[in-house]
Amino acid sequence: MNSAMDNLLTDNIKRRNRTNTRLKYIIIAGAVITVVPIFLIVGNLALKGYRQINLAFFTEPAPDTFQAMMAAASGEVIPGGIVNGLIGSLLMVLVASLVSIPLGLMTGIYLYENGTKRYANFIRSLTEILQGVPSIILGIIAYLWVVKNITRGYSALAGSTALTIMMLPLIIRSTEETMKMIPVTIREAAFALGAPYYKMIIKVLIPVSFSGLATGVLLALSRILGETAPLMLTALGNPSVSLDLTKPVSAVPLLIWDFYNDPNMVNLVWSASLFLMIFVLSMNLLSRSIASKHKYI
Amino acid sequence: MSDTQTAEPVLKIEGLSIAYEPGRYAVKDVSATVKRNSITAIMGPSGCGKSTLLRAMNRMHELYPNIETRGDILLDGQSIFSMSVIELRRKVGMVFQRPNPFPNMTIYENVVAGYSLNDIRLKKNQRDEIVENALRNVTLWDEVKEFLYRKGTFLSGGQQQRLCVARAIAFNPEVLLLDEPTSALDPIATSKIEDLLGELKKQYTIVLVTHNMSQAARISDDSMFMYLGELVEAGRTETLFTTPKDARTEAYLTGKFG
Repeated sequence: MNSAMDNLLTDNIKRRNRTNTRLKYIIIAGAVITVVPIFLIVGNLALKGYRQINLAFFTEPAPDTFQAMMAAASGEVIPGGIVNGLIGSLLMVLVASLVSIPLGLMTGIYLYENGTKRYANFIRSLTEILQGVPSIILGIIAYLWVVKNITRGYSALAGSTALTIMMLPLIIRSTEETMKMIPVTIREAAFALGAPYYKMIIKVLIPVSFSGLATGVLLALSRILGETAPLMLTALGNPSVSLDLTKPVSAVPLLIWDFYNDPNMVNLVWSASLFLMIFVLSMNLLSRSIASKHKYI
Repeated sequence: MSDTQTAEPVLKIEGLSIAYEPGRYAVKDVSATVKRNSITAIMGPSGCGKSTLLRAMNRMHELYPNIETRGDILLDGQSIFSMSVIELRRKVGMVFQRPNPFPNMTIYENVVAGYSLNDIRLKKNQRDEIVENALRNVTLWDEVKEFLYRKGTFLSGGQQQRLCVARAIAFNPEVLLLDEPTSALDPIATSKIEDLLGELKKQYTIVLVTHNMSQAARISDDSMFMYLGELVEAGRTETLFTTPKDARTEAYLTGKFG
């Protein structure tokens, strides 16, 4: 009787161990399946795109289709690069950041400070809705506001406007979420030392949550760097380097689209994509290293 | 120090009532005094209003929304509600239940945080002096003098709490409020804080909230016993512990509730 019971128990334990092992392998397999596409993407881009990445790639604007055709015919590397797109992207992202980072931080802090008040809840819902608006619609809105009424033509400013609206909800959410993790006791410590409200925010809240804030901003940046649709309706594109906010500019994703539409420049599609991918990836890595270096909470 | 000076109250609480929402009083009509250079312990079961009373002494209770305060607290004869909070909190420092050094600041910066958060600029040698004095006063100097530029959160819990005391006394306040300062600490760290308070009362007036009766008995000169928002009894700690006048005090002290 006793030994039969023992056998039953041993069987039971064996069976559970087997299930355990099986589930473990299923989970590992799931993780591998997720990671594989990432390696495939980077590998494909690198293999197809590395040939075009040279000094000219970063210093010269995009070639015209004739230059590209000649180079392709003679089997050479396509001349020119993406500097017009790179400068255009950086210009628009810079302008968008100048507006959306301070505004987003302030709104995020406001939401955190006023938690459940009615007006704060209203703002929070609007932020969530804004985050869900398809980017092409933001492009159309920026077209209506800026292209039609302010710059009277396609412009970098219009592109920046669309990107600003895209960045805002991302920064607001990440700011509020980061601040929520700060223990109330830290705020109390500052107030107990007689610190005025604004000092508590500037010298305690923001530095303590710095890593979270920086991560939020960098992730928002890497998110909008790859945006194409809203820029098609606003920045339009420009074959040469331009720093004029009221004139059309190019952007890296816009160039990729242009290259794709020109059968002579297919090789540049891969190089420009590889570059954009690495750029966004390094932003993510940077945000990680900042997050681990300045982590207080 | 003459006897008259020791007897003169630093804080005088007059008919103080505090409600978190209309009609729900956390503190009901409390009148009491806190003597200079002594340790006053506020005891009572959870939710009796002792922390609220303590927080009212430097108006930290006003951080809660919709708070209603009646009555008055006089600091050296002046109503604290007529002072600016910044001035008041310079004179009345506070240490909390859980050690809360600023995690973004070094040990050194934490000690002088009161100055930097109030935009009081000091010369480097003044700051050095304040930091060393404050840390010596809390017997932390020898333990941390090598690590002054490491983050305050690098210290152990007990050391962090002493750092928080140092941060509060770096401002040279008159009164030091402590809200269950040892409830998150182990017995050794607790006894260090208790010894420290015994030393600090020579320079400061200390008000301590505790729900540890033996702690109150060990270190306080005067005690207050609160129950359901009322101040049931206040007096010399010896008297209160040996011959309580009120039946509720006696019941609490003998462990019948709380």
